[in-house]
Amino acid sequence: MHSASLANKVFIQRDYSEGTTCKFQTKFPSELESRIERTLFEDTVKTLNNYYAEAEKIGGQSYLEGCLACATAYLIFLCMETRYEKVLKKIAKYIQEQNEKIYAPRGLLITDPIERGMRVIEISIYEDRGSSGSSSGSSSVSGSTAR
Amino acid sequence: MITRKVRKWEKLPGKNTFCCDGRVMMARQKGVFYLTLFLIIGTCSLFFAFECPYLAVHLSPAIPVFAVLLFLFVMAMLLRTSFSDPGVLPRALPEEATFIEMEIEAANGNVPAGQRPPPRIRNVQINNQIVKLKYCYTCKIFRPPRASHCSICDNCVDRFDHHCPWVGNCVGKRNYRYFYLFTLSLSLLTIYIFTFDIVHVVMRSVDNGFLNTLKETPGTYPLLFLSDFLEYLSFTVLEVLVCFFTLWSVVGLTGFHTYLISLNQTTNEDIKGSWSGKNRVQNPYSHKNIVKNCCEVLCGPTYPSVLDRRGLMQEDSPVSAASAAPSSSSSNSSSSNPVPQTTKTTAPLIPNEHTPDDAKPSIAASAEKSPSPREEHHPPAPKVPPLASPETDAETSIAKDKTH
Repeated sequence: MHSASLANKVFIQRDYSEGTTCKFQTKFPSELESRIERTLFEDTVKTLNNYYAEAEKIGGQSYLEGCLACATAYLIFLCMETRYEKVLKKIAKYIQEQNEKIYAPRGLLITDPIERGMRVIEISIYEDRGSSGSSSGSSSVSGSTAR
Repeated sequence: MITRKVRKWEKLPGKNTFCCDGRVMMARQKGVFYLTLFLIIGTCSLFFAFECPYLAVHLSPAIPVFAVLLFLFVMAMLLRTSFSDPGVLPRALPEEATFIEMEIEAANGNVPAGQRPPPRIRNVQINNQIVKLKYCYTCKIFRPPRASHCSICDNCVDRFDHHCPWVGNCVGKRNYRYFYLFTLSLSLLTIYIFTFDIVHVVMRSVDNGFLNTLKETPGTYPLLFLSDFLEYLSFTVLEVLVCFFTLWSVVGLTGFHTYLISLNQTTNEDIKGSWSGKNRVQNPYSHKNIVKNCCEVLCGPTYPSVLDRRGLMQEDSPVSAASAAPSSSSSNSSSSNPVPQTTKTTAPLIPNEHTPDDAKPSIAASAEKSPSPREEHHPPAPKVPPLASPETDAETSIAKDKTH
């Protein structure tokens, strides 16, 4: 049985100031004030934003991918992974890493935004009830994204 | 209690139909789509069967080859547009819906009883333009900019363009370029077939010496023409008719969408006149450069689907028409998708005049149960996005800013 139980969830919203590209607000929510340092949180969100910017960048490589795919009537996507999908895998790995190293020891859990329709970054706040104080409650969740 | 694994598409709300175990996603009404398929395949089959042998021999074998390639491209684009996820935004899970509700309540303050609460709108600034995000009562989210709710498919779609019955699907962020390439290549195919039909008619007439016949026996010319015409060219006439009517509509549509792409607008925005220039509001998404706009829409990144259709999830209780287990304390479950997505959540809702009528009974019902599984939540954060002051009509004004 888990010694930690879910107390609350915080939802980091999207930042639309630069348009419809995927970017999350780096504003530090008050619920996390006692749980994690502001700089760690901001670093996580900024790194995620950078990953998404890389995925959605419109430039030479995206043109090449687009034109090549069009020439093959987009059949090439049946065997090739798109750049966005590659970056999404990197993001999933990064989030798992962050959960294991930084967030789980503090009783927090980040959910990959793709599982929430890229609308929010959901951060679950767990309260430690057990006397052992182990933060085992979150480790089983981070690896089970079934895609 | 039976636990079995199901694919997530089986539990998705909305009015889509899924095929091939979740790989294919379409709207519910597919009749017009079958008509489109029939027209394209039918006309091209007639062309390949009746015109191409003649043209290949008398003109060039490259003609049917190019026609085949063009036909395959058109079909690939059509199927890609019809079968893919247009960019559907998944509905908010109960906790997210509750969080948003609390933010709205905090921003609105206390509404005196009897007074209608203000419409749920969030203002964001995009490239120095104020854009209003509207709240979707079905999906329980504030719609991202450019997203819109399709009532036919009952989904919010990102960068919603329009719902196209001809392709049997919505056209949105993920499949707009396929839709555009479909209309463009179909225009080319129609023009191609139309042209070569005319060429075929002319060549047949010349071959059969109609001109000579006309010179010698002008009186009997109409009869000869008619009988030969019917013998060789009846299918051609059929194709020409189909192509003629298709041409006007499809070429016009392609032209319209080319115009929209060059301005980086969607059909939805064009119809609503969102950026028509009144109130000095300009399109904040346009790069003000035709080439850049075209490149972004046509050569931009291929966005992934955020609907995990083929993922597996646990189905905990036997399928029943009533409550789909909202009371299973699913917020603590860890290994799988905890909450089956239902259209009516148990999140506390404040009914107002915008609440759809069918949600009101469920609000009353859920108000009697305990509204939320957790009791000890912290007070809502004071920092909330600014909401608009009460306006009588949320539909029309985009950036009136009367109160500023």
